[in-house]
Amino acid sequence: MKKYLSFFRVRFLTGLQYRAAAAAGIATQFAWGFMTLLLYRAFARAGYDRFPLPFESLSAYIWLQQAFLALFAVWFWDSDILEMVESGSVAYELCRPTDLYTMWYVKTGAARLSRAVLRCAPILLVAVFLPAPFGLTAPASALQFLAFLLSLTLGFGVVLAFGMLVYAAEFFTVSPAGLRVLVVALVDFCQGGLLPLPFLPAALRTALEWSPFGAMQNAPLLVYSGFLTGGALLRTLGLQLFWLLALVLLGRLILARGLRRAVVQGG
Amino acid sequence: MKLYLRYLSMHLRTAMEYKASFWSGTLGQFLVSFSAYLTVRFLMDRFGAVEGFTYAEVLLCFGAVLMAFALAECFARGFDTFSRLIGNGQFDRMMVRPRSLIFQVLATKVEFTRLGRFLQAALVLAWAVARAPVAWTPARALVLAEMILCGAALFGALFLCYAGLCFFTTEGLEVVNILTDGSREFGAYPLSVYGKTALRFYTYLVPLACVQYYPLLWLLGRDVPAWYALLPLGGAAFLLPAYGLWRLGLRHYKSTGS
Repeated sequence: MKKYLSFFRVRFLTGLQYRAAAAAGIATQFAWGFMTLLLYRAFARAGYDRFPLPFESLSAYIWLQQAFLALFAVWFWDSDILEMVESGSVAYELCRPTDLYTMWYVKTGAARLSRAVLRCAPILLVAVFLPAPFGLTAPASALQFLAFLLSLTLGFGVVLAFGMLVYAAEFFTVSPAGLRVLVVALVDFCQGGLLPLPFLPAALRTALEWSPFGAMQNAPLLVYSGFLTGGALLRTLGLQLFWLLALVLLGRLILARGLRRAVVQGG
Repeated sequence: MKLYLRYLSMHLRTAMEYKASFWSGTLGQFLVSFSAYLTVRFLMDRFGAVEGFTYAEVLLCFGAVLMAFALAECFARGFDTFSRLIGNGQFDRMMVRPRSLIFQVLATKVEFTRLGRFLQAALVLAWAVARAPVAWTPARALVLAEMILCGAALFGALFLCYAGLCFFTTEGLEVVNILTDGSREFGAYPLSVYGKTALRFYTYLVPLACVQYYPLLWLLGRDVPAWYALLPLGGAAFLLPAYGLWRLGLRHYKSTGS
């Protein structure tokens, strides 16, 4: 346990060094969130009665999404791991007295978390002070906020477990770059990265909510503003926990098979 | 020009050596733009119209911008990944060759997988051209082509700006993404939907509205002066300041030494 904690700490501290990059990222994400909200404002003028969720909830969704982009965006691949699998130096990793899955899970988690920690505060701070429907409002109760934190953690775990699936699949393909582009396109849409899931047609929305994708960013961002409460909230949290366990199990299986197939040559 | 064609065929043959990678990459690019299309479609389905533009009209705009971006990205990709050229010293080698630098950077990288995006844009555009309430005449078709080509020039100019800034920062600047990727994403809708301030920004600072909103109004037969149809040329003129920035950066350039 201790060694994984220190892996986490090293990665986390490395990530914190890139402050200029973070400042640039914050500016980008802020502009992005603002333009997105302006677009939805136009749609709200076109027919607010057809809005599937209150505008305040949407604003909260957009700002939290921008603030925690590093936790949920699928395209933050860990280039170290990718290179290791491609070049074969993954063999050195296997010599370590550690469990490969846990080590990679912890490392990728730390890298994402350090990015998010550097970036979220300024975005959230500005978002709180924006005028009424565009700003980020406080959650209705402390309990709701706790539910949000729990859902955020679970969703983050699901994203990491999903990323591990892709890293494990790298052992089986000779063209990993193409695979990754496919995965990014698919997952980003399905988890509500482009369009919040409530805006989708009903059947598609329900299907995605039950899928592992609905357990990613969709859940915490909707929990925060109180859009999901009571039974729906409990169901969402349960689904998140289920998918987290299922994906971790599946990832471990695939990784183990991939490693069995991999042949380490000398040199 | 002949040399550039040689480069093109070289890049094409390289891409074809890894067929599986090429096709999955192309499919991936197609899917990326397809999900952008789905976003537009689901929103327009739900709301019917936005700021007086119908679904077909928005798609006309979306298709034109997406195609312009795909063209620019396919051929001007060298500028988009310019920080790598500076970082690994490849740019220094270019400077000693007896060819123009811009030509060489253009020729270093041609990304054929971006044709997936182009294909998506072509499909959307074909559908929109058939459905949009435009009385097509040769002049109107010409203006649509002008929008796409000048749009590609504008995106190329943005990539050039990005590369010019790399001379100062060595690293790529993430902020510029809001102008390149952001212009593609938000250019999917006529820029007036974002309100007056955004429209002014996209008219005078980054003239995306010149290749998109104004000529679109003319195409759709709205009550606008006829010279709106020529505004895309103004958008393409953004190449001039971009080139200036590139020259400025080039004069300032010191090798990274690697």
